[in-house]
Formats: sequence, structure tokens, C-alpha cells
Amino acid sequence: MEIEIRVQETPLDVAAELMPLYTGNAAVGGVVSFVGLMRDFNDGDPVSGMTLEHYPGMTEKALRAIVDEAAARWELLRARVVHRVGQVWPQDPIVLVAVASAHRGEAFRACEFIIDYLKTRAPFWKREQTADGRTRWVEARASDDAAADNWQTAEPAPATRRVTP
Amino acid sequence: MIKVLYFASLKERLGRADETLQEVPPTIAALRELLVSRGGVWSEVFAEDRPVLAAVNQEMATAERALQPDDEVGFFPPVTGG
Repeated sequence: MEIEIRVQETPLDVAAELMPLYTGNAAVGGVVSFVGLMRDFNDGDPVSGMTLEHYPGMTEKALRAIVDEAAARWELLRARVVHRVGQVWPQDPIVLVAVASAHRGEAFRACEFIIDYLKTRAPFWKREQTADGRTRWVEARASDDAAADNWQTAEPAPATRRVTP
Repeated sequence: MIKVLYFASLKERLGRADETLQEVPPTIAALRELLVSRGGVWSEVFAEDRPVLAAVNQEMATAERALQPDDEVGFFPPVTGG
């Protein structure tokens, strides 16, 4: 299992991040990725920009722990989480989660699991700049907690029980 | 002695990012009480009903978590990454 975790201020090049998920490993049968983008609208207001703050040190540990938990649940070959911090603008990719496995089922589930857990467990905070020049901290969403909680009661994924001929 | 870090809206409201405390309160809950006892904005930020999360040595921690000398404690609001 090869894991790459990165927090960076520089722009996120989605295409360049995906290729290393499979290059040189012919056991990889599929790569599933999630790209979180900055919207220009939130809670009913136009948003012109955003800064992301994090807890250096803890962030990397938390992301690693989430990916390790996914790797314990599903058979994964490679995984990568890259998260922006600092100033971002609408349309900028903020986060990339990408997972490679032999079969798509594991990769789909693991990718969703990682982003759901990241949203409630990784220490990042967003501060929005609204169009009229004000700034405000983004509030946590109850729906994100619910999405993460769902994985605690979820049955083991069928893919992990399947015997591949 | 312990190191205490504040992040995001907490850092902004408290006007500081970190501090060192000579005293080592027995638990996270006791540390919160100590901070509340400072009064003013401290008591508002750390009041019991406020959703403040804590980490000890960079791992999420509950209110009952015991503290040891040289621990690093982080306090922050619910996270909003992704």
C-alpha cells in the first residue's frame, strides 16, 4: 500500500496527481478520485475568495489515520490526499482524494469514506471573503457529521467479501 | 508545563495563537475550566455549551482525556475542510 499525503499552498494539478496512482503498477484495475472545488456561492451569498487555515503536524497525522482506516477496510493499492491551504479562488481545486485498487468497488467506497471522514476529522478551517469585502468563518455542517457517522454503522462492503476468481 | 494552541475563530477571538502554562490541569475539561475562569472573551469561547474541539499531542481528545507535563493541547472550532 503506497500512501501520499500532502498539504500545500500551491495550486493543485489534478491531472498530474492522478497518474502516479497507477503508473508502474499493473495490478491496479481502477482509480476513483474526488476533487473538491471552491464555489462562488455559500449560504445564500456570493463568495469571492477563501483562505484555508490548518493545524500543521496534526493535519498530516489525521489524514494519514483516515487513509490507514480506509486501507484496513478495503483492499487498496495506492491512495493520495492533497489539500490546499492559504488563499484559494472560485473554481480552484481545494482537495483531491484518489484511490487505486484492483476492482472499482473498493476504490469507490474508500474514496467516499476518506472524503467523508476528512470533512469531520481533519483540522482545516475555511474563511470566506464575500463579494462586499467582508470575511466570515464557514460553519460546520450537520450533514457532514451524518455522512461520516454513516460509515460507523455501515456493513462491510460486499466487495471486501467477494472472492475473485 | 503544557503548550496550548488556538486555531481559526478561537485564535482570532482570543487574540493569541499559543501560550505555555506552568500548571498542568488533570484533564481537558479541567483546562477548559481554568480558561473560563479568566473571564471576558475566555469565558465566552470556552463556556460549556460552546462547540470547541480539543486535540492532545495532535490527536482528537475528549473532555475526560488526562494531561501530562509537556503535552501539546490544541483547541479549535468544528472543522470545515474538504
